[in-house]
Amino acid sequence: MKAILKLIVSLTIICVAAAVSLSFVHQVTLKPIAYQKRMEKVRALKLVLPAYDNQPEKNVLKVQGENGKALEVNLAKKGGKLIAVAFRVVSHKGYGGNIDILMGVDITGKITGIEILSMSETPGLGARIEEPAFKKQFVGKTLENTKWAVKKDGGDIDQITGATISPRAVTGAVHRGLELFKKKILPALKTKGASQ
Amino acid sequence: MTLQKEFFKGFWRENPTFRLVLGMCPTLAVTTSATNGIGMGLATTFVLVCSNLFVSLLRHFIPSKVRIPAFIVIIASFVTIVDLIMAGYFYSLHKALGLYIPLITVNCIILGRAEAFASKNSFLPSIADGLGMGLGFTLSLTVLGTVRELIGRGMIFGMPVFGPHYPALLVFVLPPGAYLALGLLIAIMNRITLREDT
Repeated sequence: MKAILKLIVSLTIICVAAAVSLSFVHQVTLKPIAYQKRMEKVRALKLVLPAYDNQPEKNVLKVQGENGKALEVNLAKKGGKLIAVAFRVVSHKGYGGNIDILMGVDITGKITGIEILSMSETPGLGARIEEPAFKKQFVGKTLENTKWAVKKDGGDIDQITGATISPRAVTGAVHRGLELFKKKILPALKTKGASQ
Repeated sequence: MTLQKEFFKGFWRENPTFRLVLGMCPTLAVTTSATNGIGMGLATTFVLVCSNLFVSLLRHFIPSKVRIPAFIVIIASFVTIVDLIMAGYFYSLHKALGLYIPLITVNCIILGRAEAFASKNSFLPSIADGLGMGLGFTLSLTVLGTVRELIGRGMIFGMPVFGPHYPALLVFVLPPGAYLALGLLIAIMNRITLREDT
């Protein structure tokens, strides 16, 4: 009996000490981690949006997106006027899992930039969707002026040598994003503008 | 038993990766680039030194029947600390290593050193052992990462070295390349050791 008690007491003491030190470290790192996450968002927003003078990471409009899911739309303004929005689209058709994309669209429906937030495509092949050369080609494209498919499928988007699946996934997701912008986001922006 | 001996054995004679072939999960998974190898190695070294120190200090307090759960609690705590600190201060590295940081907990090098060394030795040799083993692991991962990055992408630490026309053997960055590169390096190391012995 005494032996068991010793085991219990010593293991409990170790666990309590571990818990106390972990909660301390958690407290200390809480702010830096939140800051890093916010900075990451701000960096991505800066890349996909045209020059703005507000804080789009804080200026958020909630829209009902695909499948009725809530979608956060970041609003970029210049001189108090709305110039562009940024929102996330996810492709489930990646080669190595989901591809998470942030895309910026100006109020005329033109893409201002896309950024890959997370992906697990093959390094050196599909992962090259992260390269500027691939991402840049989307800038200026609209729903109407582009055939939304990779060249191999008869569309306008350049694929990557040796990798078709990942560019196809990105193209599909960005296309869906543009339709979402036209059908859901733009009307929501207008009603919000009218109510102000 | 000198401190130097405990420190240097991890680099060659008892190198965790190439000699003891321990901790293969992080070794094979994260070494797609030299930077990842260094990051993973240093994170593991930190955990190894801290866990060795605490296991050694507590070795008379921990009853031998519950020593494994006690070691795991100590190791997991330090892994969580590393995870939080990296997320707060080295965010891009944390993103690249992602899933593998929590897996340091089950890296058998760490539990292996706690069980085989730190629970039987006082704290100074234990720190030397942890530091040597950890840095030996770091060195191995960095070499492995460099070889894979160099052959697979023609780069070292993300810098192109062969120019844009280098015909990269992509397979070396992919999972099978991890086994190929590891096998080659172990073979080279065995060859050198054999020559020393004869």
